[in-house]
Order: sequence, then structure tokens, then C-alpha cells
Amino acid sequence: MQQGTLLPQHTLTPSAPADGRQGAGPAITHSRLENGLQVVVIPDHRTPVVTHMIWYQNGSADDPPGKSGIAHFLEHLMFKGTKAHPKGFSDLVAELGGQENAFTAYDYTAYFQRVAKEHLVTMMGFEADRMTGLVLTDDVVAPERDVVLEERRMRTDTDPAQQLNEAVQASLFPHHPYGTPVIGWGHEIETLDRGDALTYYERFYTPANAILIVAGDVDEAEVLRLARETYGCVPSREKPPRRFRPQEPEPRAHRLVTLADPKVEQPAHERVFLVPSYTTGAPGEAETLEVLTHLLGGGHTSLLYRELVVERKLAVAVGAYYMGTSLDATRLWIYAMPTPATNLEQLDRALDDVIARISDHLVDEADLQRARTRLVADAIYAQDNQASLARWYGASLATGLTIEDIARWPERIDAVTAADVQNAARKWLDKRRAVTGFLLPEAVAA
Amino acid sequence: MSAFAEAALSSRAGRVQRVFSPGGIEAWLVEEHAVPLVAFEFSINGGASQDAPDRPGTATLLAGLLDEGAGPYDAEAFHRALDDKAIHLSFSADRDHISGHLQTLARSTDAAFDLLRLALNEARFDPEPTERVREQMVATLKRDLNDPEAMANRAFRAEAFPDHPYGRAVRGELDTLPSITRADLEHLRKRAFARTTLKIAAVGAIDAATLSRRLDEVFGAWPELPELVTVPATSVANLGTRRVIDLDVPQTTIRFGRPGIHRRDPEFIPAMVVNYILGGGGLTTRLFHEVREKRGLAYSVYSQIQSFERAAMLAGSTSTKNERAAESLAVIESEIKLLAQDGPTEAELDKAKKYLTGSYALSFDTSTKIAAQLVHLQQQGFDISYLDERNKLVEAVTLAAAKRVGERLFGDGALLVTAVGRPAGM
Repeated sequence: MQQGTLLPQHTLTPSAPADGRQGAGPAITHSRLENGLQVVVIPDHRTPVVTHMIWYQNGSADDPPGKSGIAHFLEHLMFKGTKAHPKGFSDLVAELGGQENAFTAYDYTAYFQRVAKEHLVTMMGFEADRMTGLVLTDDVVAPERDVVLEERRMRTDTDPAQQLNEAVQASLFPHHPYGTPVIGWGHEIETLDRGDALTYYERFYTPANAILIVAGDVDEAEVLRLARETYGCVPSREKPPRRFRPQEPEPRAHRLVTLADPKVEQPAHERVFLVPSYTTGAPGEAETLEVLTHLLGGGHTSLLYRELVVERKLAVAVGAYYMGTSLDATRLWIYAMPTPATNLEQLDRALDDVIARISDHLVDEADLQRARTRLVADAIYAQDNQASLARWYGASLATGLTIEDIARWPERIDAVTAADVQNAARKWLDKRRAVTGFLLPEAVAA
Repeated sequence: MSAFAEAALSSRAGRVQRVFSPGGIEAWLVEEHAVPLVAFEFSINGGASQDAPDRPGTATLLAGLLDEGAGPYDAEAFHRALDDKAIHLSFSADRDHISGHLQTLARSTDAAFDLLRLALNEARFDPEPTERVREQMVATLKRDLNDPEAMANRAFRAEAFPDHPYGRAVRGELDTLPSITRADLEHLRKRAFARTTLKIAAVGAIDAATLSRRLDEVFGAWPELPELVTVPATSVANLGTRRVIDLDVPQTTIRFGRPGIHRRDPEFIPAMVVNYILGGGGLTTRLFHEVREKRGLAYSVYSQIQSFERAAMLAGSTSTKNERAAESLAVIESEIKLLAQDGPTEAELDKAKKYLTGSYALSFDTSTKIAAQLVHLQQQGFDISYLDERNKLVEAVTLAAAKRVGERLFGDGALLVTAVGRPAGM
């Protein structure tokens, strides 16, 4: 377990029928305390444990210019203590047999504990306390900044594939802050200090900007009662925070980004398209992109796998991923690793061929049905894991969706037609909307 | 601990049924219909430690091919049959075991077990998927060739277990993967797929009668006894060795270890407690505090006890910028020596016991986690009652016992260390 996991937004789809449509699971509820805190309760009575999460509706894309990484840095500093708990509460959580962590993404920051259900109220007390009670000194801020720089070295500075990925994102979003990595740019992290952290904290950490998610062996009335006793006592700041994000213009030029490094032995290819998210898309549009993505790169029966891996033997692996849970226009990702006999230009052209085909022809009805079945089943599988359910609901609500949106997701997926898929491919898989990344070996210059 | 948690604890073993099929195959079952899903896990002995010395990667390739065509289905048809019903099926190999992981919607249970039966009895090893999966393994090895963590692990393994199967690569080597033949795969399957080492667990919307019928269908045709090569017991070698591998990166990735205490050793529970205090416990350990929190030397630092069938080790890892990597290692070494010498404090022991007992329930909150736990217990030779006894064993660890096991576990503190990067002064 590591404090401060970075979540470059997860690969999960919104999920789980809240209306009990699949015949399992009690109703999921959503309400609001007087101070503006939203409360979501996800009952799962199989085991006497709970997952307690508090989500703040601010992420790295809300970092002020020149202060990239501040959302994530503050997330680390949130473990440093309050007036009531000067050394933080990690030791206390552990003594109760609890596990805890936190993560920062582009659109949100979340903190969680998993504990036996009788300790829920204690966790609520801890989180309510640090919503406004954080105390920071330079003594703890300086080493923690070094920790974050080590985290960046570990994830990015030692890995050429991650460095290419940063460059691809920066090219896809030349204007919108999604182009800046969640952890921040190294030269800006180095300058972040206690004042930056507290200014940011005071702007965003307030009940009206937070969503409480409790999943597990609980019911709504009990959670609301405990939430009022704890979070209910946290006063609201004067006005709820607002996010100011410059939006991308319509992209007009395909961009190719190449990174060559002597450490690369296995080349790789990626292409990322700028597409609507569940939040920005027209009704059904994101669901169609979800199905399109699955048809293209979802496992061994997908079009790209059949065409590029099995039949033409140009790639050893391919995949596609739609980052649909996103406040602003988002990414649809296709990646591939070439076989030794294939160069990246050949692979790139073969990808163009498959995209052209799915834009020019209706997909096979059996393939479409299989994709819909797999996606809808994910919502049922999700019911087995209270911690992932809590994450799905948290990420969805923190990006502006409602629990009704999530409840209706399976039927919207089921409603996607072959014509929808074709139209979406034509409209959104336009190369002018994309950045292509080539990861290449480089002969070592001695 | 509250009465409530005690009650939850005592009911844990009570919920597990021991199911025997008419053909005599045993499985542990937790029947639970709240969610319309079934999770099914199993393992057999015979992982990478059974690979021929010049063919590492055989078990991994075998596991990777079981769902790539079986019986009447070629690879594509097999995957389509799985996907049509949203069945999740995969196989994996580690050093000692080959394992299977099945998850299905309750309404597709019949199809899921039919496909599992085919995969385990009639896998085809057709040329196309064999070459494809082999190429995927090669690409993964190439991707990891200059990856600091993979390099540190590879070097550690080779130094820790020279001339032993555990020193070889579970996922094979670039120069040996091409030489694995279909006959090698068939041979391993024939030797390893047998009923005496089979450990099975099922959790979810399935009853004992259905499960027991399915057990015979899936595993009934297997022979009773495997024909496995004996793997000799071994221990971490080259203590005191520090191997630095040059890589042009700004950070040094460090792996360290020494002999451990085995899961089946009577002192394992105290050893787990002491390791929790050193580096096993997330945000509250001595290593986390000294290396990360106080000095800002690393994002990640931990230690763990790993048990293979024939070896146990204490192993850990961290990553620090080249300029300060030697400092990180010095802090880790000094913390290990300190704990060996003085043992934990009463307060540390108390906190460790509270965490380890209190958090045990968190390992049982999803069907797949429960099934995996139940297979693991069977592999280690424990009875179902262990689910209830485990926390009592943790609570019974005394300060004297913790100190004694600390001396045994950490000894003189000598470590085998591998480091990748350009560390200054190491």
C-alpha cells in the first residue's frame, strides 16, 4: 500500500444498476446535508466491512498555472496532521484494523479507508476533521516534496514509455490542462511550498465541494445520521469553489510524436483521439463510444486483435480504452506493440485500414451483441466488489453524472445500434482529432 | 475487539462447506446468492520450478495456451464462446503452481464449466496461438529488458538462488523461449495435471450438489498422482553481496533480501508480526517512517515475507535518486539491525496485532478474494478452522516471542542487495 496513488483516471466504466434491474443489490441512494455535502450509500451486506470515501471535486486539471502538481502534493500533505490529530490519523486507522489510501486524478481527489463497519463513525470523524483542520509546517512539507519528486522519478523519469505518454497528452491538449500530467512537471513540483498548498486547500476543501461515498454493510438512515454528527459540523466556506478551465478548440491537424531512447527494446505505438465524455457528450454518445472502443480493442475477439494480431501478424498485442468518466472532452486510446518484422509505419497504416473499415461498413451484428453483453455484464460483476463500486460512483458523481445516469447505463449500452457505431467512428475517429505516438529504440551514441 | 467482530470471526469458518464429489474431488465452498455471480479458483503443483533447465517459461506458456483453443473450438471460437456469455477465464503459472481463475454470471454457470473442462482436458496447442502467445511473452521480456524494477528483480533472483529452479525466470528468457516445443507443453501437462495436488474453492451462487457434479466433469479424467521433479529446499544465497547494475536513469531501484520464515513454520505468525513492524504495514512501518516520512528518500519502501514451496525469504524494495541511494540503503540496513538487536517495543507489538487481526476481514469482501484465500489455505495444508484460529494466533504473540523471531529473521542483518541505476558511492 502506498500513500498517494496517482490515478490517471481509471479504466472502469460507470456501472451497476441502481434500480435493482438485475435483480440483485439494494437501492443506492444519493442525498445532501445542509452544508452541501453529498452523500451516496451503496449497501452490500455480505461482509461486515465498509469502504468510506471522501471525494473532492478538484483534480490536477484545476491546478493554477505554474503550480502543476499542487492537487497531488496537497493529497500527500493531507496525511500530515490537524490540530486534533497532530501526527495524522494513520496510526489510529491501522490500530482499528483499517486500510487507507488516497489518489489524485485530473478531475478529482479522493481519500478512503476500509474498516470493520463499527468503525465507520470514527473514520467519518477523522475525515471531517481534516476537511478544514489541516496544519502544515515547513518541516513536514520539504521532505514530502522530495517524496513526490521520487514518485515522479519512479513513474516517469526512469521509463521512456511514460515520457512518450506525457508528450502525447501534452500534444492532444495544447490548451486544456489535461495536457499536464497529474503529478505535475518536475520543475514546477520543485517550487511548490506550504503557502501554495494551504491556498489551494482553502479554495477547494469544503463540504459543498465534497462527496461522501459509503459502501458496505450499512443502510442509508444510519449513514446519514452518522454523517450529520461528523461532517454535518463542518461549516461551509463562504462560496463553493468554481473550476475555471480553458477548453480545447476543435483540433484540425494530426500530430505525430516520436520518442527514441536507447533503453527501448520493444517499440510501441499509440493513437489517442479527442472525443466527448459521459459529461460532455450528447445523450447516448459516450455509450456508443464505449461500445465502439470495445469492438475495436476489447480482448481477443475485437476487430484490431483479429486483424492486426491474428490475421496479419503485424502486432503482438493491441488494445483500446475509452476514458469516458471525465469532466471535459476526453481521450479514446488505441495502442499496439509491433512484431519484430513490423515497423511502426506499417502498423500505423494497418490501424488506419481498420478504422476506415469500421467507418465505411456496419459492424457485424453478432460482434455488436457480444460487445454489449460484455459491457452490461461488467455492471453485474461490479456488484461483487464494494470498493470498486464506491470508486465508480465517486468518479461518476465527481464528473457531474447522477446515480440515475449510472442506473440507466446498461439500458443505454443495450440501445446502441450498428448505425450509431458507424456514425461515431466517422465523426470521432477522424485522424485530425488524434495524436500518434511512436516509441522507438535508438542506437546508443557513445 | 468487540463482541460483534468476534461473532463475525467465528462465523467465517462456519460458512465454508467442504464438498466432495462422487469421484472424490474436494472443494471448499461458500454458497452466497446475494449477487448473481460465481467465482471459482483452483491450483495444482507444477509451476516454473518444473521447467527444464534449458526451457524456462514452459509453465507460463502452457498456462497462456489453455484458453487458446480446446476441443472443437479453435482459439478464436473459444474466445468468442467465452465473450458471448461474458465469462472470465484465465490461467497463470508461478514458481510452484499452475492456477485457474473463473468468474461467471450465475446464469452462464453451465457454459463456464463446460469451457473450463475443455481447457483443462482438451487444449489444442495449435501452431497459430502457440506462436502468438510466445511472441507476446518475448515482447514483454523485451519491454522489461531495461526496466529498472524488472532488472533488479532478475538480478536478485539469479544471485539469491544460483543453480536452483527458483533462480530461473518464470516467464522464460529471450534465447530459450523459441526452443520450447509442443512436446514440452504436452509433457508438462501430463506430469502436472493430477488430482492429488489439486486445491479448489468456489464462492457465490452455486450449491454443493451442482458444484460436486461439475468437479467430476472438469477434473474427473485426470490421473491421481502427478509426476513432478523434486525441487530441493533452498535458501537465499550470497548474503553480503551488493550488485550494482548500470542503467542511465536518475534514480536507483534497490531490491534487498535474506532468508525468511516459511508460511508453514510454527514461527511464521510472529515473523509476520515483526515484518509488519519493519516494513509490511503501509503507512505506519519503521521503514516508511525513517526512509520516506522523515528523510524524503523514496516514494515506495517496503518489506515482505515470501513463501515458495521450498524456500522462504524476507524481501524488500525501494527507489531513491542516485545521489542519495546509498543513504536509503544505509537507513534500511540500520533499521533491520536495530530490530534484530532490540526487538519491537510493547506499543509496536500491540499496534501490529490490532492491525493484523482487525484487517483480516478485509481479505474476505469479494468472491474472488475469498476463493483465492481458500485455495491458498489449502496449498499451505491448513484446515478450514484456520480461518477462525488465525487471529487467535496473532493475539497470542508475546514480546519475548517477537524478539526471538526477530533475531532469527534478521540474524546479523546481512542482506543480498541488487541495485539498478547510477548510485553514488554504493
